[in-house]
Amino acid sequence: MTSLSLGGYMSNQKYEPVIGLEMHVELNTKSKMFCRCSADYFGREPNTHTCPICLGLPGALPYINKVAIEDCIKIGLALNCTVSEKSLFERKNYFYPDLPKGYQISQYRWPLCVNGWIEVDDGDGNKRKIRINRVHQEEDTGKLTHSGGVTLIDFNRSGVPLVEIVTEPDFHDVDTVRNYAKKLQRLFRYLGVSNADMERGDMRLEANVSVRPVGQKELPGYRVELKNINSFRFMVAAIEYEIKRQIKELEEGWTLKQETRGWDEDKKSTYLQRSKEEAHDYRYFPEPDLPEIRMKSDEIGKIRKSLPELSWDKQNRFIEEYGVKKSDAEILTELTELAEFFEVTVEHGKKHGVDAKAVANYIVNKKPNISVVLPTQIIEELKGKKVGVIENMGELGELADEVISENPAMVGVYKKGKVTVIQVLIGAIMRKTGGKVNPNKIREILKEKLR
Amino acid sequence: MDITKLTLTQTLEALKRKDFSEKELNEAYIKKIAIINPKINSFLEIKKNSRGIPAAIKDAILTKGIKTTAGSKILSNFIPPYNATVINKLLEQGVSVIGKTNCDEFTMGSSGENSAFGTTRNPWNLNKVPGGSSSGSAAAVAADLCAFALGTDTGGSIRQPASLCGMVGLKPSYGRVSRYGTIAMASSFDQIGPMTKSVADARLVLDWISGGDEYDSNCRKEKFTFQSQVLEAKIKGLKIGLPKEYFGAGLDKGVERVVKEAIKKLEELGAEIIEVSLPNSEYAVAAYYILVPSEISSNYARFDGIRYGGTRDNFGEEVKRRIMLGTYSLSSGYYDDYYAKAARVRTLVKQDFEKAFEKVDVIVGPVSPTTAWNLGDKVDNPLKMYLSDIYTISANLAGIPGLSVPCGFSEGLPVGLQILGKQWDEETILRAGFVYEQATEWHKEKPSL
Repeated sequence: MTSLSLGGYMSNQKYEPVIGLEMHVELNTKSKMFCRCSADYFGREPNTHTCPICLGLPGALPYINKVAIEDCIKIGLALNCTVSEKSLFERKNYFYPDLPKGYQISQYRWPLCVNGWIEVDDGDGNKRKIRINRVHQEEDTGKLTHSGGVTLIDFNRSGVPLVEIVTEPDFHDVDTVRNYAKKLQRLFRYLGVSNADMERGDMRLEANVSVRPVGQKELPGYRVELKNINSFRFMVAAIEYEIKRQIKELEEGWTLKQETRGWDEDKKSTYLQRSKEEAHDYRYFPEPDLPEIRMKSDEIGKIRKSLPELSWDKQNRFIEEYGVKKSDAEILTELTELAEFFEVTVEHGKKHGVDAKAVANYIVNKKPNISVVLPTQIIEELKGKKVGVIENMGELGELADEVISENPAMVGVYKKGKVTVIQVLIGAIMRKTGGKVNPNKIREILKEKLR
Repeated sequence: MDITKLTLTQTLEALKRKDFSEKELNEAYIKKIAIINPKINSFLEIKKNSRGIPAAIKDAILTKGIKTTAGSKILSNFIPPYNATVINKLLEQGVSVIGKTNCDEFTMGSSGENSAFGTTRNPWNLNKVPGGSSSGSAAAVAADLCAFALGTDTGGSIRQPASLCGMVGLKPSYGRVSRYGTIAMASSFDQIGPMTKSVADARLVLDWISGGDEYDSNCRKEKFTFQSQVLEAKIKGLKIGLPKEYFGAGLDKGVERVVKEAIKKLEELGAEIIEVSLPNSEYAVAAYYILVPSEISSNYARFDGIRYGGTRDNFGEEVKRRIMLGTYSLSSGYYDDYYAKAARVRTLVKQDFEKAFEKVDVIVGPVSPTTAWNLGDKVDNPLKMYLSDIYTISANLAGIPGLSVPCGFSEGLPVGLQILGKQWDEETILRAGFVYEQATEWHKEKPSL
C-alpha cells in the first residue's frame, strides 16, 4: 500500500509534505451555466449541445443559471463556509483552443463561499481538520481530442457549470488526500449536485505540493503545481512521486522553485510543464456582462434548510443510534438509497427482535441487491426462519386471483389503461404474505391475468 | 412628394392613410441609395425589400443571414447565424433591414475613418468626417437613405455623429436596451440607440427596442413606455443644468455660440437655467481610456485567428492599440494603479451626476467641441481623436441617457445640443428635445447632395 512507502519517508522524519488541493466538480444541472443548452454532454454527438453563447460568437452574452448558484452554495454550506452576501464573477483571460471566448467566466476576488472546513481521516484513522479557502462557481471549457495528427474540438462541454473547491495547504499525507476526495465525492452525491464520477471527469483534482523539514511551521517558499492530470489515480501517484522527488532534490542540496508539472504515466514520473517565469497572467477583472450576485440571509437560510442529512452526520448517527461499527457505517452511508434501506430494515427488525448491528452485518457482508430484496426477507432470514418466499406458481396464481376479486375498482382503472395501479395490487399481495413474494414475478402473473 | 424626406412618424401616418404602399416606400429609398450612397459610402450591404419600414442598421449589430463585419476585415466573411434582440424586436414591429451601415472598425473611432471598408463622408460636406463610430447610420439618416437607423454608443458613437451630421441621436440609459447580438466594444458601456429624423421618431424607436429579453443580464425588464401626453407637454419650470466644465478651453467658438443660443431658446420656452458642476469631468477621458480598452482586450480575445477565418493581422491600428492598452492595464502589478483606480474615478463621475441631478432635471451642453473636421485631420493623432468625445464620454461612465438634437450651424456645418438625463429618465430629455425641436426649424434643414 502506498501509505507504507510514504510511511518509509515519514519514518525518516526529516521532511513533512505540505499539500493543498483544488478540486473541480461538474454540476449535473439541466442546462449550462450561462445558456440554455443541455449540460448533459457525456457520450453525445459532438457539437450538438451548442448555441451562440457557449460557442462565444460575437454579440453573445452570458445569463446566470440560478440552480447552479444554489448548488454551489449547498456545497459551501455543507463544507461549513460563509456564504458571501455580495459576490462577483470575473473573467480569467487566457488563450486555449477549447476556450472560445478567450476567457473563462470564473470567480477570483469575490467568491461565493469562503472560510470553511471539513474533518478527514488520515492514514492512521486520526481526524484532521482541513480548512476550505473558498468554494466558487465557474464554467467548463470545450473538450479537445487529438487523433491522427489533427485536433478536434467538441463544445458540448463548453459552459457546463463547474464548482471549484480550494483547500488551505493542510494535507500532510496522501491518505488524507484520498479520503478527502472520497468524502467530497459522497457529499456531492448526497446533495444530488453532481454525479461525481471520477472516470468521466466529473471530479478533477489539482495539487500544490511542497515539503519542509519536520518541525518547521512556516510554509515552504515554493510550491509545485500538479496540473492537467486527468485521472484521480494518476494524481495520487503524481503526488507520491513528487514528494519523493522533492525530498531527494533537497537532500542533494538543490533549491526548489515554483513550477507547474504534469504526469507521465509511461515513465511513472512528473515532468516540468511551466516554470514560474512562464506562469500565466490571467488578468482577472470583474465580468462586465454580469451583475453582482447578492444573497440575502433568508435565501441562504432556505438553502441551508433544504440540505439533506449529510453522509458524515448519518454515519455518526448510525454509530451512536444503532451501535454500528464505524467501517460498516461508512459502507451503509455510501449511497442514500442504501442508508434508507438499512433504516427501514432496522425499523422492521425491531418488531421481530432483530437488532440493528445484525442488520448492518448482513447488509455489509451479503451485499443484497436492494432493488430486488425486501427488508422483511432480511428480517425473516435473520430470525433464523426459512426465508419462506412463495415460489409455487399455483399458490401465486391463487393469490393473484384473490386480490383481483377483492379490488374490482383498481382492476377497472387498470383496464382503462392506467397500468401503474398494478402497484396497488402488488402491495396488497405483499401485505397478505408479509412480503414473501418476489414483486417482479407476481407482477408478470397479475399482468397475464388482467389481459 | 419625396417620400424619403418624411420622418418615421410621418411615414407611418402616410402608410396608414394609404398615401403610398410599403413597396413604393422601399423602392423610393432604394432608388435614392443607388444615387447617393456612392458619394457618401454609408452602406456596406444593401438589401432590396418589398415590405417593411426601411431601417439602416449599424454593422456592429448582428443580422441573421446578412453579412455583419462591424467595419473589420477580420469579419469580412461573417454571416451571423442569429439576430440581435433589437433586430427581432424591430421585425416584430414591421421594420425591415434596408442595409448595414459603415462604422469605425468594431465601433472604435470618432470619425468613421477606422472602417476597413472606406470612410463614410459627411452629407453636408463631402470633404468632412461624419463623426463616429456610427458614421454610416448618421450619414444615411441625414441624407434620407432610410426611415431611421440604429447605432451603438460606447463613448458618444451615436450622439457625436448625430451632431456632426445634423440629426437626432439617442443613447439610452445603460441597461435600457438589450445588447444581445450586438458585437461588444466595452460591455459595461455599450448601448444601442435610435438615430432619427425627429425626436418623436427617437422616442418611438426606443419604445420598440427597449426591454429585457433574458439574454442580457444587465438589461432592465421594463420597457420604455410611450406616453404621448408627456411629449406634448411644455418645459415650463423644467430645471436645466449647465455644467461650467463643458464651456471651457477646447470648445470651438462657433459651436459655443450656437449652443448658447439654443440654451437661451430653452429659457424663453420657460425652462429655468441653473449652473451646476461636474468636477470630475476632467478625469473622465483618462478613466474611460483605461476601462474601455481593458474590456476590449478581453472581448476581442475570441478573434483568435482560429474561428473566423482571418488572423489577428487583420485588426486595424486602433483596435490593436486598444487591445494593447487594456492588456497592460489589467496586467498583474498594474491592475491597482490603472484598472482599479479608473474604476474608482468612474464612481466619482457617477456621483457628480447624482449630485447635479438633485438640483436639476436635465443637463445641457455641447455634444462635440467642434463641428465636422476635414477627413484625415486627426488620423495620426489618437489623443486628439479621443478628445473629440470629451462631452459624451461621461454619460457612458455614469450609465445615464443622452440625446443629441440639431440646434443650428457654424460655418455651414451642423451643431448638436446634448441633453443628458437621470438614469432611466429618457422621457424628460425627449420632452425637452421635442419642445426645442418644435420651436425651431433646424431639424428641417437638409444637406444638398
